[in-house]
Amino acid sequence: MTPSIAHPDRVEGWNRPPIIEPDGEGELLEVAMGPHHPSTHGVFRMDVALDGERVIRLKPVFGYLHRNHEKIAEGASYLASMPYTDRLDYFCSLTNNWAYALAVETLVGQQVPERAEYLRVILAELTRIQNHASTIGFLTQEMGASGTPLMYAFREREKILDLFEQLTGSRMMCNYMRFGGCRVDISAALLDEARKIVAGLPGFIDEFEALLSTNEILMARCQGIGKLKPELAINAGISGPMLRASGVDYDIRKVDHYGIYDRFKFRVPLGDHGDVYDRYMVRVLEMRESVTILEQALKDIPAGPIMDPKSKIRGFRPKPGEAYGRIEAPKGELGFYLISDGTPNPYRYRVRPPSLINLTVLEDMCLGESVADVVVIFGSVDIVLGEVDR
Amino acid sequence: MKTVEEIKAAIEVAVPGAGVEIVSNPSVSGQHSLLIAHSHALQVAQFLRDDSELALDYLSNVTGVDYLDKEISEKVKVTRTVTKTVDGVEQQVEETVDETRKRVEPGYLETVYHLFSVAKKHGPVIIRMRTANRTDQVEMPSLTPIWRGAELQEREVFDLYGVVFTGHPDLRRLLMWDEFKDHPMRKDYVEPDDFEYEPTAHDQVLERAKQHAAAEKAAIQEGAEAR
Repeated sequence: MTPSIAHPDRVEGWNRPPIIEPDGEGELLEVAMGPHHPSTHGVFRMDVALDGERVIRLKPVFGYLHRNHEKIAEGASYLASMPYTDRLDYFCSLTNNWAYALAVETLVGQQVPERAEYLRVILAELTRIQNHASTIGFLTQEMGASGTPLMYAFREREKILDLFEQLTGSRMMCNYMRFGGCRVDISAALLDEARKIVAGLPGFIDEFEALLSTNEILMARCQGIGKLKPELAINAGISGPMLRASGVDYDIRKVDHYGIYDRFKFRVPLGDHGDVYDRYMVRVLEMRESVTILEQALKDIPAGPIMDPKSKIRGFRPKPGEAYGRIEAPKGELGFYLISDGTPNPYRYRVRPPSLINLTVLEDMCLGESVADVVVIFGSVDIVLGEVDR
Repeated sequence: MKTVEEIKAAIEVAVPGAGVEIVSNPSVSGQHSLLIAHSHALQVAQFLRDDSELALDYLSNVTGVDYLDKEISEKVKVTRTVTKTVDGVEQQVEETVDETRKRVEPGYLETVYHLFSVAKKHGPVIIRMRTANRTDQVEMPSLTPIWRGAELQEREVFDLYGVVFTGHPDLRRLLMWDEFKDHPMRKDYVEPDDFEYEPTAHDQVLERAKQHAAAEKAAIQEGAEAR
């Protein structure tokens, strides 16, 4: 029996997934994993064709959470879309804010005051740490470690979210950044609180690693599974920890030096094999590097204004033109592409979602593996459906 | 990194007759772009990817943009010959009149590609392609064979804007459901009144139930007559 899932036409030259032939014994089984499968992190579906336990074909199905974010943003003023960007990747609202603010600042050529730049770096790196910790927690949950590592991660995330709440008024939907700065200033007491949290983070990562890195089950389930070659990763536009786990040295913080990232000393961790274990390890090491950035930023943060005095809230009408701004979000390259026609609303507003584009190679990684591994590989991609479907 | 003018010159050397135009960007961002003709799009893309100096191996972002038909009214001076009666004699007189003419500039769909280089760590180089109009000539060559990163994003542009990418290996709707008819990101898209409506099995089931009830009624009547 041939499964009804369509095969892409054979086009010469393109980097297509390999074709795996069934071994000819028994029948093929088609399984729709999702949209309510517990491992899919939300409403995502994979149509999988199986030969026994082996995956022969996998087609992701998107759109269950589609609300046309971009169309809604084209009908609203520039600033009115800022709170809506929180809802894209709801784990990392602050980096979403930053990417959007950066795109608009590139469009109109606005400068950001020193203190606001430091605040942005501090918040983005805290966001990265809590995102990576929870991603690893979810990944282990999918391997059957039900709850324990995830609760260790959430304990730490809770401290960071409490800090966000005290600063911005919201734990997850922060809506904190503005074009040309930030919304409210951080108090000295809150900065001390942040220093205290950061001082505790290396201990947490050590504990987390002692629990997981050499764990026999984790190694058996992750090593050699879901390999991704660097050439394919670059060609398919993969970004973030997934790209670096394949050994490609490409971190937008180092490449673009957006904000003030050229002032900090940090390293870019890379993987050798591009398997699930490398993706896990790159995230752990990135958390450590984020801690060093945080230590430097919290030491150097200057006093001063947090908003560009020339920035306008009312009557904000960028001159006609276009701009693409991108940052290294915890999940990968998050970009915003804006076209202005001189009116208060953007003519075109596009989000470049790292979660969606990182799923391009999901089939390539899963082919030939068993169904149980599909769950682990999918967990190692690190997606949030709010951003995939927009 | 090379400027757009230099990239344009390099493309014209490598791909003769490529037909590349510079689209300048008046914004302070200074991100100018290159408009590529359909006929040589794949060769140009391959050159951009494989050229050792540019090495744009990373396709980051693919976007559709919709430009509506524009009605342009302009004042034209027209000279024409009019028959006039001057001093009781009919004469042919030349006369210059101001006339407002309206012409419609056809709108188009545009796809914008943002390219970066992982090897050389530079970018963005922006290329764009345009369709002839918005209704029947909406084909455009797909760049998925060159950069796999376009696979899902071109599907999204097809879904939301209706650009048909020729040569795309798997061109299906990405976000909307397959039975959906329109392209919601177009500027002239109008939401239907009942946009929540989706054809479900219920309509067919009700239809079948009606037929079933009629057949049953007929059978009962037949039975009664036989008695």
